[in-house]
Amino acid sequence: MQDALFYIFSALTLLCGILVVFNPFSRNPVTSAMFLVLTIISMSGLFVLLNAFFLAAVQILVYAGSVIVLFLFVIMLLDVKEEEKRQFQKFGTFMGLISVIGLAAIIISTTNQTFTIANQSEAATIKQTFNQSGSAETKPLGKLLFTEYVLPFEIISLLLLVAMLGCILLSKREEPKEGVK
Amino acid sequence: MEWINNLSAEQQFALFSLLKILVTVFAVVLPMVAYSVVAERRISAWIQDRVGPNRVGPWGLLQPAADGLKFILKEDFTPNYVRKVYFWLAPAISMVPALMTLAVIPFGTKIGNQNAVISDLNVGILYTFGIVSLSVYGIVLAGYASNSKYPFLGSIRSSAQMISYEIAMGMSVVPVFMLVGELNLTKVVEYQASGAWIIFKQPVAFVIFLIAAFAETNRLPFDMPESESELVGGYHTEYSSMKFALFFLGEYAAMIAVSAMMVVLFLGGWTLPFAGLNETAESLVMGLLQVGIFIGKLLLFMGLFIWVRWMLPRFRYDQLMDIGWKRFVPLALANIIMTAIYLYLTYKK
Repeated sequence: MQDALFYIFSALTLLCGILVVFNPFSRNPVTSAMFLVLTIISMSGLFVLLNAFFLAAVQILVYAGSVIVLFLFVIMLLDVKEEEKRQFQKFGTFMGLISVIGLAAIIISTTNQTFTIANQSEAATIKQTFNQSGSAETKPLGKLLFTEYVLPFEIISLLLLVAMLGCILLSKREEPKEGVK
Repeated sequence: MEWINNLSAEQQFALFSLLKILVTVFAVVLPMVAYSVVAERRISAWIQDRVGPNRVGPWGLLQPAADGLKFILKEDFTPNYVRKVYFWLAPAISMVPALMTLAVIPFGTKIGNQNAVISDLNVGILYTFGIVSLSVYGIVLAGYASNSKYPFLGSIRSSAQMISYEIAMGMSVVPVFMLVGELNLTKVVEYQASGAWIIFKQPVAFVIFLIAAFAETNRLPFDMPESESELVGGYHTEYSSMKFALFFLGEYAAMIAVSAMMVVLFLGGWTLPFAGLNETAESLVMGLLQVGIFIGKLLLFMGLFIWVRWMLPRFRYDQLMDIGWKRFVPLALANIIMTAIYLYLTYKK
């Protein structure tokens, strides 16, 4: 049952992911965005299979529920017809291929390192502590975030704040002075 | 019933989950949706000193059947300038999230030896917020698919409104979970069963949640996406027949879902503080009585939704955004900090 679900969800993730960037039937950006939603939902299905309910819920809440809605918001205000006419760009395709190959190399080398024999005992202890603390619980995650990883956590939150302030500053136009038009 | 005991635990779980889903959706929620439409029409008539629909059956109680038949028999007209796929998809998407939210709502303790909740999820509240946040797609896609001005304006307004109020809504429940210490909705009800209801401990959070709920379900005084006087019918202007009915029913299903959440979070769920009604049910009668109490509290909120709709005029769009961002978000943040200070001062080592 779990295996079958894993294959279904991973196939869906890959298929929808491909359809986001390369859709032979439609060049409509809204369709791409909707496939991105499907990708994220099937990815959260994979998280559920890993007993990471918190991540699954947050994935849907943040990405499917807010980020892509904002994408749609912007796409719908753009000139969609112009986008539909555009052809595949050679430069973009080339760069895309290079980044795919690079990413694949990184993933393969990391998984190779993770599954060496030396690491297997470590993996077993991690798994054990995971099971003891109750992997589905949100508490251990919160505790780790606010004790061991508090510095990276705070740095990330500061970065997000800076990005937000930057957005507000850039989008806010200077008010024209009175009498000058 | 011998064969049920012969099944393995996994099969039993699957069977009873399926049964619970079917009963909740088809025997409880959908009839409730149908009759809240009747209730809305009768109450509005009563408030405006009219008679209302009273011809079909005794006191007009068979009105949903007549309406349903009418919706099915009307021509399902698809204008030729719409984007077909999304035009068909949007009504379905607007109905499904509301029904999915109900999966984690505990509506009682035990019925027989079954837990009265479809899925006792550890991150229950995050699940509900995740699913509720998906419901905006129904409206956005409807506006986009219709390919004409009024629905488009309605859907743009609505997505801005729903995203804004989701933030206020999400922040308003944080103090509740700081008090309870769990994200599981069953635990929230158990916490309230042993003490006072959370509405008495967190009145500010309740008020913010209630008002955000009006905005999330697109009800007056926040029904910007529809606002008939300026946008014809808003996002469902181009829809007719059963597709329109799905939008209409989806709105009421969302009201039921959000009312159920308010009952669980603030009004103690299935509990009443006397006659042993706040303990786990021992017998079948007690179990069903607790479900009845839950539904009773839920109907109270449905009544409130309908009553408010016919009492208040619509907000202006900029006022709506002002209230959301400049009043409720800071208020909710202050509420979180005050609760944190209170918990810190009363913390026992």
